[in-house]
Amino acid sequence: MKKVKVLILRTAGTNCDYETQAAFELCGGFVERIHINALIEKKDKIFEYDILACPGGFSYGDDIASGKILSNEVKNKLGDKVKKFALSGKPIIGICNGFQVFVKMGLLPDPNIFEQISTLSYNDSDKFECRWVYLKTEKRINGESNCIWTKKLPDIVSLPVAHGEGKFIPNDKKLLDALNKNNQIVFRYTSKDGGKPEYPLNPNGSVEQIAAVSNIKGNVFGLMPHPERYVFTLQHPAREGFDSEYGWGKVIFQNAVDFVK
Amino acid sequence: MKSAVNCKIIEILNLSDNQLIKLSRNNVLSLSIEEMREIQKYFEKLKINPTDIEIETIAQAWSEHCKHKTLTGIIEYTEYADVQTKRTYNNLLKETIFKATVELNKKWCLSVFKDNAGVIEFDSKNGVAFKVETHNHPSALEPYGGSATGIGGAIRDILGVGLGAKPLANTDVFCFGDPNTKAYKIPEGMHHPKRIAKSVVSGVRDYGNRMGIPTVNGAVYFDDGYMANPLVYCGTMGIIPKNKIEKKVNSEDLILVVGGRTGRDGIHGATFSSIQLDQESDVSAVQIGNPIIEKKVLDAMLKARDLNLYRAVTDCGAGGLSSAVGELGEKTGVVVYLDKVPLKYSGLSPWEIWISEAQERMVFVVPPKNKNRIVEIFEKENVEAVFIGKFTRDKKLTLKYNNDVIASMDMEFLHNGVPKPTRYAVYKIKEEKLQKPVKMSVGEISKALKALLSDLNICSKEWIIRQYDHEVQGQTVVKPLQGNNIGISGPGDAAVIFPYTVIKGTKKGIVLSNGLNPQYGKINTYKMAASVIEESLRNAAAVGADIEKVAVLDNFCWGNPNKPEILGSLVRAANACYDMSKAFDIPFISGKDSLNNEYSIGGKKYSIPPALLISAVGVIEDVSKTVTMPLKNKDNKIFLIGITRNELGGSVFAKINNIKDGVVPDVYPKESKDIMKKIYRAINKNLIESCHDCSEGGFAVAVSEMAFAAGKGVVINTDAVKTEDVSMSPAEILFSESNGRFIVEVKHKNEFKFQEIFKGAVFAEVGYVGDNENIVFESKKNKIKVKENAENLLKIWQSTLNW
Repeated sequence: MKKVKVLILRTAGTNCDYETQAAFELCGGFVERIHINALIEKKDKIFEYDILACPGGFSYGDDIASGKILSNEVKNKLGDKVKKFALSGKPIIGICNGFQVFVKMGLLPDPNIFEQISTLSYNDSDKFECRWVYLKTEKRINGESNCIWTKKLPDIVSLPVAHGEGKFIPNDKKLLDALNKNNQIVFRYTSKDGGKPEYPLNPNGSVEQIAAVSNIKGNVFGLMPHPERYVFTLQHPAREGFDSEYGWGKVIFQNAVDFVK
Repeated sequence: MKSAVNCKIIEILNLSDNQLIKLSRNNVLSLSIEEMREIQKYFEKLKINPTDIEIETIAQAWSEHCKHKTLTGIIEYTEYADVQTKRTYNNLLKETIFKATVELNKKWCLSVFKDNAGVIEFDSKNGVAFKVETHNHPSALEPYGGSATGIGGAIRDILGVGLGAKPLANTDVFCFGDPNTKAYKIPEGMHHPKRIAKSVVSGVRDYGNRMGIPTVNGAVYFDDGYMANPLVYCGTMGIIPKNKIEKKVNSEDLILVVGGRTGRDGIHGATFSSIQLDQESDVSAVQIGNPIIEKKVLDAMLKARDLNLYRAVTDCGAGGLSSAVGELGEKTGVVVYLDKVPLKYSGLSPWEIWISEAQERMVFVVPPKNKNRIVEIFEKENVEAVFIGKFTRDKKLTLKYNNDVIASMDMEFLHNGVPKPTRYAVYKIKEEKLQKPVKMSVGEISKALKALLSDLNICSKEWIIRQYDHEVQGQTVVKPLQGNNIGISGPGDAAVIFPYTVIKGTKKGIVLSNGLNPQYGKINTYKMAASVIEESLRNAAAVGADIEKVAVLDNFCWGNPNKPEILGSLVRAANACYDMSKAFDIPFISGKDSLNNEYSIGGKKYSIPPALLISAVGVIEDVSKTVTMPLKNKDNKIFLIGITRNELGGSVFAKINNIKDGVVPDVYPKESKDIMKKIYRAINKNLIESCHDCSEGGFAVAVSEMAFAAGKGVVINTDAVKTEDVSMSPAEILFSESNGRFIVEVKHKNEFKFQEIFKGAVFAEVGYVGDNENIVFESKKNKIKVKENAENLLKIWQSTLNW
């Protein structure tokens, strides 16, 4: 069996790195949390890894806008490496602040263009929201998700969100249509029975209830909810999971590790 | 020889008493005449006047904030009850709270009352550190900055315990004035309580969230007594390897200051906290926080810790470098080069550098051989780390600036020279009369229940809780809001952290809970203290904690201790702490007092209502056994455990209905401890589906919360409730706030085993989970049947605090 190596990128203000590490390890990944300064020193080190994760937090305090400073730093200092990693088809995940970083550097929704064409803006409620939400898994490829991270999930899954800037807005209608057409919308906020969600079920007012997107290929994945906070049933408010021990968030990490294997 | 190039010489040798007092006041030294005379004597012996930095250093070291002179000083106490009793305390703390801890002598208490936090055992290799602090004065003047730096400071206490713990959770408790107060009633120069509340919450949110530490437990208490002097308690819990708990300082070790730069913010924070607030209070005493700097320090220092690169660490809190370095060097002596301290901007006088309370700074004790390696670790993560001096052998504090000696004092004088004051304390025990029987109609009971649920001190705190990332780190397995569904919720009794990301393979958890009830203290501070201790334990027990593995922290916020009645009420509370600690077999492991919570309006002085916060921390053997408070399944039986007594004194019900008389809830430790142990056994055997304690608002409020958090109904027969006084009316049964009571839900098939465990305790089956959303309270005896809709009550509970 192949040893699956995971790089968790961290910097000042990263704060979901430990639980993201624990989630990958639970699925058999070998994880290193690496400070961006160390990666900039040895840029090609990135290619020693099979999976790249940018975890949640408040990188550089989210000064200017969430994820903005780190996105500039990654793009300016590691941009070509990260783009190459993405285009090679290796799994990449950006969770919450990591998603904000990816969107602002343009790694999502299209790493080929690699320009910012969408944003994650302030929640409609104008406040930070920490709560559980229901997500509808889009399954349009033979009844399965287009994204390698989200296979084998039920139609509706719940995960926690915790953010102040999570309202996904694409630049224009054309992009929105393309995201829909190319099956790049991975999760949408929904109600318990799959209906249209009002606040707080849509916690931020995202366009078309978008909670997660991927590139066309489905290997680069960005989401506002926190799957790493739901790897055990115990973490669920009503202690539900896909079996008596594990939560649905674990499946997301398992998918990537299994994909590499 | 001392030089006066970079400092001023302060004339003290020839001053009269009046001039000494003036000197203290003009320089915000907060020193008494006795203390000023002691300083004068010291310098008379040396035949030289002190420098400004020497005087400032003494003022910091001797401040109430750093030294706790009142609780460790001499107190002549007189108590008036049926007979008059007198007692002299030479050190109230050592003779009450600390004494109980010493007598209990728990092997699993690893560090008590000596470090920045208390530490108990988690497992064979790790300990749990917990500390709660107050940041009241700063939060009154600048609520956002005050609360942000409050939580920042509590976190640094955890980073600065032993060789540093990793923070896992925060807790925050606030006392505010009524947010609905009309603007014209706000004292001149003071902020409106709503503005204070919103800014305090924002401050904690922005700092705690950016640090990546979940705020999992807390309380908010509204009372007009906190209008001009809010209380902001911030606490942090962390995990620390057992072999990193002890600090050591050797002569020749180097002093490394790490993190934030030093600026003019927070000058005189320590001494200003001993002065009453008024409209002239100076905002520059409030510090400015930057959580990302602290987060960087945290990330890098744990690396350095695990490489054993330093021998001790402490945080710069009150008194800044002067306190941090002064305390570390107490036994050795120290020389500090103040010109080496990195500054935010130029222009600071040496004494300002020395006592500034600029945030995010930690001081490390580094063996010379590790000099380069430790700095490299910090620099790789963009953290500034600069050596500013070293530990010596001369037992002196020597401060230099550009090679000039600007201070030279004996450590012994600095740390032990403060004269012990004698204060006087009196307490008159108030007689508590039973209220006139409360007879209420169905409509009146229904109205009272709704009024209670929407009362500021009972209503949902969701508006606050959801702004805090209470699930970051992924370890919050018993959450502050608990509901069976997204959108509905009830108040959790305690939070449980499952530290699986730090301790691989563990099944254990850490429970955090608290108790606070200033309303009881207005009538009887002994009962208040006893009640809040019991409440904190009860909350922990309700989620499945074994109280034999729980420890508590005390935080006293009181008024001016120079007033004998105020100090007397504190002595009473401290005695309750001793009695309860012994009776429940629960040790105190750390604590803090904030006195002088006094403010003046138009020349008249007001003290806050005394507030004792008890914060409990404990270890849970198996997190999968823990339970939550929402009801689970229809037809399950509901039991009320514990005796309901006619105790409406100080209750929210009494306040709402303007009932003046009433007996304040008492604590019956033997009975209560027995019940908590039985609850633990039953939960551990999976016999309990849901559990909630009865607190503010009593039985009716608690059972309603369990129902609406589940979106379910419940049918309660109030005639079945076990009462001490058979003549209690349904309203008294429903709303009495007797301590020691739990509501539990039990499956039919587990009933027998459950009853076996509770043999010997007072309990009764009082109802069942309904199959619709109706919450019903019925007394056939009194021909009363109250019927409410769960969703409707939930909305009432949620609507009060929804900004």
